[in-house]
Amino acid sequence: MEKRVTFKGWKLPLLLVFPQLLISVVFFFYPAGQAIWQSLFVADPFGLSTQFVGLGNFEFLFSDKYYRASFTTTAIFSILVTIASLVPALLLAVIADRLIKGATVYRTLLIWPYAVAPAIAGVLWLFMFNTRVGVISWYLGQLGYDWNHVLNDQEAMGLVVVASAWGRISYNFLFFFAALQAVPKSIIEAAAIDGARFWRRFFNMVLPLISPTLFFLLVVNIVYAFFETFGVIHTITSGGPQQATTILVYKVFSDGFVGQDLGSSAAQSVVLLVVVGIMTVVQFKYLEKRVHY
Amino acid sequence: MSAHNIPPPGMVEKRGNSLWLSHLLMITGVLIVFFPIWLAFVASTVTQAEITQPPMPLLPGDHLIENYSRALTAGVNVPVATMLLNSLIMAIGIALGKIAISLLSAFAIVYFRFPGRTTFFWLIFLTLMLPVEVRIVPTYEVVAGFGMLNSYSGLIFPLIASATATFLFRQFFMTIPDELAEAARVDGARPMQFFVDIVLPMSRTNIAALFVILFIYGWNQYLWPLLITTDPSMNTIVMGIKQMFPSGDDTADWPVIMATSILAMIPPVIVVISMQKLFIRGLVDSEK
Repeated sequence: MEKRVTFKGWKLPLLLVFPQLLISVVFFFYPAGQAIWQSLFVADPFGLSTQFVGLGNFEFLFSDKYYRASFTTTAIFSILVTIASLVPALLLAVIADRLIKGATVYRTLLIWPYAVAPAIAGVLWLFMFNTRVGVISWYLGQLGYDWNHVLNDQEAMGLVVVASAWGRISYNFLFFFAALQAVPKSIIEAAAIDGARFWRRFFNMVLPLISPTLFFLLVVNIVYAFFETFGVIHTITSGGPQQATTILVYKVFSDGFVGQDLGSSAAQSVVLLVVVGIMTVVQFKYLEKRVHY
Repeated sequence: MSAHNIPPPGMVEKRGNSLWLSHLLMITGVLIVFFPIWLAFVASTVTQAEITQPPMPLLPGDHLIENYSRALTAGVNVPVATMLLNSLIMAIGIALGKIAISLLSAFAIVYFRFPGRTTFFWLIFLTLMLPVEVRIVPTYEVVAGFGMLNSYSGLIFPLIASATATFLFRQFFMTIPDELAEAARVDGARPMQFFVDIVLPMSRTNIAALFVILFIYGWNQYLWPLLITTDPSMNTIVMGIKQMFPSGDDTADWPVIMATSILAMIPPVIVVISMQKLFIRGLVDSEK
């Protein structure tokens, strides 16, 4: 798509794109290039000299059982976060869509958690499940269940998943609700007159109609779980216990800044870069499909 | 998006009981989703003793003013008022900075043919792909090299290097009728005059919608401020809360921490609720 009417000259447009170009080069392309470059070197323990190791960092990375475990952890974490944020959101949106009065009031109330930063969400959930003062962990204790996410892997994972999914419910709800409102009511009514029950109508007609939104949210939520949940993990578990909640992005941070292993951290950045690339391609394949449709 | 295009009741669903059930389910859902925020609010109005002897009360106490003023003026490492100010500067800086550079480059891409235009387009397209979380170590080194650690420019600039806004404005500019540019040219208007008099006013809603999204994006940043603000007086509120937890076995000052959490969510919540329509529009536009 191009404009037919354009202005003449080339100095002005170059001047106009200059600020964005400058910022992108300095804070984006140069660091990204550095990450790729650094991933090919190892620094000695004192940081005095570096040695070229080719793909050695990558070989070391993939033979490291903690890194491989982090891949599995990330996969489990993202799948759980996606399910835990999509299912309640869809359910709420379906109910809200049936309401004539009050639907927008509920929408206003449900938007709140979206504005809450992942790190704050982490603090709120940590407070409820804190082993000493947490309200929910206390009531669980009354019921005879001894909650301790500081020591228990699965409980730690469960807690970071719920805290990460919580804010996303709002986001997904907005998209589902908008999609459901756009479904032509005449089709649904025709089916209703034909005697199709609500859930049959939902699975046979409504769900296929909103499937573009569903797929879009699937991709977006996986991307979110991969890259934007750092705050939740850092506030609640710091990757523990025994790295049980160390997702890939957290590991780039903990190896690079806490462990000071720049070569490995840079190699991890490059691996993540490839992962982001794949996700972007998937997303655009989908966008293309949308444009035709 | 609005509820106005719905047929009269009774067409699709039975009403009465099923209606009440729907409302009941919605209210339950809202209450569950809201509970963590409510609990934080309650905790910010009671004393430390009430929290450390579980279970804590589920209704607000009468220490609201005391806890909030203690948080705002003293905090734990630094007064929360300072952190709020830092967050505000960072969020507004990111939102305005991104909008400004994107408006200019989108205008250039759409209304000019210049050497390197395609290359530039693909270069900024690439920046869509790599969140700051992935390139933290080298970006940190760049910022440190410029001496921008513990500074507002260090907080802001690396986060405006992304192209989402540019694409959004490009898309919008493409929808501006060609006749307007044609008329401007015939009248002998210079390009920047056309930009200021026609393009900017027409983009008002898009700019506002994007501002809402970017403000929240900037306000809620965590990892980046965590890395580059080692001086507590430069902490932002979202990353500063974690710093308020004591290391080791000391008991955290829960009322102050929870008051800070509530303070940290008030500005973005106000922005989202008061500009709900713009916000939803911005979300849908920027993601699709």
